[in-house]
Amino acid sequence: MPMTITEKILAAHAGKEAVSPGELINSELDLILANDITAPIAIKEFMKIGAKSVFNKNKVALVPDHFVPQKDIKAAEQCKLLREFSTDQELSLYFEVGRMGVEHALLPEQGLVLPGDVIIGADSHTCTYGALGAFSTGVGSTDVASAMATGYLWFKVPESMKFIYHGKLNKWVGGKDLILHTIGDIGVDGALYCAMEFEGEVIRALPMHGRLTMCNMAIEAGGKSGIVVPDDITKEYVTKRAKREFRFYTSDKDAKYAAVKEYDCSKIEPTVACPHLPSNTKPAKELTNISIDQVVVGSCTNGRLEDLREAASVIKGRKVNPNIRMIVIPATQEIYKNAMKEGLLEIFIDSEAVVSTPTCGPCLGGYMGILAKGERAIATTNRNFVGRMGHTESEVYLSNPAVAAASAVLGRIGLPEELGIPNK
Amino acid sequence: MLIKGKSWKFGRDIDTDAIIPARYLNTSDPAELAAHVMEDADKDFYKKLSHGDLIVAEENFGCGSSREHAPIAIKAAGLSAVLAKSYARIFYRNAFNIGLPIFESSEAVDGIKEGDVVEIDADTGIIKNHATGAEFKAKPIPPFMQELINSGGLIEWTRKKLKIA
Repeated sequence: MPMTITEKILAAHAGKEAVSPGELINSELDLILANDITAPIAIKEFMKIGAKSVFNKNKVALVPDHFVPQKDIKAAEQCKLLREFSTDQELSLYFEVGRMGVEHALLPEQGLVLPGDVIIGADSHTCTYGALGAFSTGVGSTDVASAMATGYLWFKVPESMKFIYHGKLNKWVGGKDLILHTIGDIGVDGALYCAMEFEGEVIRALPMHGRLTMCNMAIEAGGKSGIVVPDDITKEYVTKRAKREFRFYTSDKDAKYAAVKEYDCSKIEPTVACPHLPSNTKPAKELTNISIDQVVVGSCTNGRLEDLREAASVIKGRKVNPNIRMIVIPATQEIYKNAMKEGLLEIFIDSEAVVSTPTCGPCLGGYMGILAKGERAIATTNRNFVGRMGHTESEVYLSNPAVAAASAVLGRIGLPEELGIPNK
Repeated sequence: MLIKGKSWKFGRDIDTDAIIPARYLNTSDPAELAAHVMEDADKDFYKKLSHGDLIVAEENFGCGSSREHAPIAIKAAGLSAVLAKSYARIFYRNAFNIGLPIFESSEAVDGIKEGDVVEIDADTGIIKNHATGAEFKAKPIPPFMQELINSGGLIEWTRKKLKIA
């Protein structure tokens, strides 16, 4: 029976020859993830189960990243729960401040999520790891509790939707623009319950950081997962990081898809999602009258080294507009260190942006850059719901790092070319 | 199980940040979360609602984050159920896992106005609007979810699976 990559990975983990969409399976798990927001409930529920220990102390990753360094006493209490549980259970994958990073940037970087894996995380952006050719999806805390005890979780095998990107990318267009354009096309529930499979010559040429950005936002279209069939780019990325075996799966030629969408990338420009949904997209050039108060470059979507390089290349030798603030958040300690070595941090500081320690912070309105009533931000993050970054009467626009950096200089939404940066 | 209460209507794409804003996620205490339920969609919602009331919403209820705090806040606020045209998948799983009754029916959502008293028979999925007398049928709950409910939720189901008495 012809199968998609997603069906093959799930079949292999359910001990079956084949699976088809709609089928309920009990899948073995390669990694289980939770953070300082979701793990406290998972730990409490795990205790209720009464299991003595987690199924495998090397397959449960606890990453405090949302409100750390601990933003207040309550957040500190939650983090303490994670630390104590990790010590009690002798978890090898607990990441204290100083070793942590934004979870979905950290785990791929550390080679802890690999092609062919089935991964769950109590965080909706767990779908990020599909970029490596894994099946990876967000679940709730109780699901994580059950999974920590058993090493398994039930899934309905999702239907797959195929998204094909043709042509060549325009300047300043990357993974973020492709996924925003796609969500703008299909809507925030356009891929509800589906596996979104990204392919085409543009994806085959897209660097890993762009693939991670695209799969990261599959959830913003309602997707259960995002996935890219692994190739040489995947191999190059994982080989130097993996500490265990991995397997490449592909989709069969005649595999069934619930829908196929095709995009001509020559028509996709730098794209911005306007308040208050990620699907409310417009080309950035149509929004140059929108003034802003804050710029955020960071998050599990666009806080990787390549994202910082892109932002730095635009802002180098320029100043953040005196009316606004720019906050740059390298997503992991390794990214922070490399950004320092490459001189990117100096570029940001010279341009009068601030550079923060890794944290999810402002992306979910936690801390480290909260918006006042009536304030407006452009951010490289993933959600722009009402009140997402602060006051319910504040606004968030989502963009790629280059547009965010150009906007920081301009004091309004704008493009690098407006700063005299050539488009070639 | 019979559920009966006054309905509060919401639009489509009600996200988990609207159900329970992240600024309150430095706790997982159900009572604290309940006090902020739906705050960013309707500032005074918690003050207005009465025990047993229902949320009635359009498509894609609970989209966004995976926070289980969302169904927990709804349940702990004393709301008896959610009825929507469709659900985001993580919210759907979470609701079953924590024992918040949720139902799916486009016709019922269209046939209910804010303030209507609605009665749902959780076993048969029959939804009655007492204000109009109209009757609707919720989409059947998938057999496995029914098994979870019958076991008393995912945690009890897991205990059985691991043979923990």
